[in-house]
Amino acid sequence: MISINRDKCARCGGCVSVCPVEALTLTEHGLVCDAKCINCGTCVKFCPAGALSLPEKGAGAKEE
Amino acid sequence: MFREEYDVVVVGMGPAGSSAARTCAEAGLSVLALEKRQEIGAPKRCGEGLGKNSLARMGVEFNPKWAMQEIEGATCYAPDGKYVRINYDGPEGWVIERKVFDKELAAIAARAGAFVVAKSEVQKVERTQDGKVEVTINYAGTHYTTKAKLIIACDGVETRIARMMGLNTKINLNDIAQGAQLEMANIDIDPKRIELYFGNEIAPGGYVWIFPKGNDVANVGIGIRHPYGDENRTAMDYLMEFINSRPELKKGSILEYNTGGVPVGGLLENMVADNLLVAGDAAHHVNPIHGGGIAEAYIGGRIAAETAIEAIKAGEFSAEFLSRYNKKWWDERGNKMKNVEKLRKVVEELKDDELNFLAEELHGEDLVELSRGNALKKLAKIMMKRPTLLRLAKKLL
Ligand SMILES: Cc1cc2nc3c(=O)[nH]c(=O)nc-3n(C[C@H](O)[C@H](O)[C@H](O)COP(=O)(O)OP(=O)(O)OC[C@H]3O[C@@H](n4cnc5c(N)ncnc54)[C@H](O)[C@@H]3O)c2cc1C
Ligand code: SF4
Ligand code: SF4
Repeated sequence: MISINRDKCARCGGCVSVCPVEALTLTEHGLVCDAKCINCGTCVKFCPAGALSLPEKGAGAKEE
Repeated sequence: MFREEYDVVVVGMGPAGSSAARTCAEAGLSVLALEKRQEIGAPKRCGEGLGKNSLARMGVEFNPKWAMQEIEGATCYAPDGKYVRINYDGPEGWVIERKVFDKELAAIAARAGAFVVAKSEVQKVERTQDGKVEVTINYAGTHYTTKAKLIIACDGVETRIARMMGLNTKINLNDIAQGAQLEMANIDIDPKRIELYFGNEIAPGGYVWIFPKGNDVANVGIGIRHPYGDENRTAMDYLMEFINSRPELKKGSILEYNTGGVPVGGLLENMVADNLLVAGDAAHHVNPIHGGGIAEAYIGGRIAAETAIEAIKAGEFSAEFLSRYNKKWWDERGNKMKNVEKLRKVVEELKDDELNFLAEELHGEDLVELSRGNALKKLAKIMMKRPTLLRLAKKLL
């Protein structure tokens, strides 16, 4: 599952729209990722704020 | 709190939702319009530019309370600093305060008879045996259910509701622009003009905008497109580089921090399913070249609602019946948008020297026409003057 840096996230919901398996939900408390995530990295590539990263090395994940 | 059943439940109260709710309510339908945010319109995900023309097409009255700044012209900068100026005779549009504007649009819907409720997240939509939809709502921590004959999904770029009802509205990474914006104060700008900056170093596949909201306040933002940029740099990184390279901006303060996605492509042939119509960003109703979506959302919401009204009258909620909305939207907006998308696909491939060349050849009026999906042939003709642009020019024809 991806990790979400809530300090960086500006709650725009863009990542939600590109997730192919609907693993992301933008709630009033912030972005939530559920177990459906297949670690495809699409949301990571999209995020304009660099708030998302993949657990494994590489694949576009950003250093925190 | 909620009735047992409504004719229509509108999900999301941005411009698309407010328009759909208003149109349905004006026709006498019972309408519940739900917004998950605690304050309609905030935080914004928008540069807040709105043309006079667009407002007229929306069928909304001007109201000074949401107009922050009148705009009389635009300047588009090519990478080498050459520019094309678009001059109007007088005010041609405004930079608005989205949260005041969106609330006003919601109030118009409420006055027409829709029941509008903020802090109401739609968590589930499920079709029932009797051919309707059960809607699960979380209003300020308490769960409620109600029923609807029709759902109009106007849930914006997230576009989850349609997918819950079996219509795939996912946006491909190639069809969405990555947006970042700071509302800045104490900067040096020309308050009457919007400025756009193009170039592959500045904003790969997109542009930087400065939209003034007063003498020294402006939305300074960027839209870029995924395949073109450096994949280790975010849209916000590109924006900060632009701001830091300009002393007149660098000294400014930050009043608001926003990001966003703009569905600038992937127009949907089908925007309905049983009991469902989709409009606005959720249905990718955005001008593909400049990313403006306020007016498109409002118009899309209205067109969807017109079909909803017919469906309620006929007691017919099937995808087959609702599909007349597809045709109506494509006739009124889609075909124009498709043209604009064609243009976008060409513009974003232009190299910096080609952008410089076009800045010399094009006039302000051409840019206005192009952004509306017209004058593509004229642009193609100009491009054909340059052998390297032949291939791209052909794509416009
Ligand atoms: C950076 C950026 C700059 C832009 N600049 C401009 C510009 O200058 N001019 C312009 O015309 N357009 C601009 N746009 C586009 C414009 O903001 C959008 O196209 C427009 O807001 C779309 O309206 P909408 O009603 O479809 O969606 P939205 O305005 O996004 O409204 C959708 C609403 O649905 C709500 N919602 C979502 N899920 C649920 C749920 N489950 N339950 C209840 N509510 C829900 C959301 O909270 C939201 O309020 C910009 C976009 C971005 C990202
Ligand atoms: S795209 Fe980035 S900033 Fe926007 S909601 Fe997702 S994680 Fe947050
Ligand atoms: S990594 Fe892929 S599957 Fe996981 S949340 Fe992001 S987009 Fe969805």
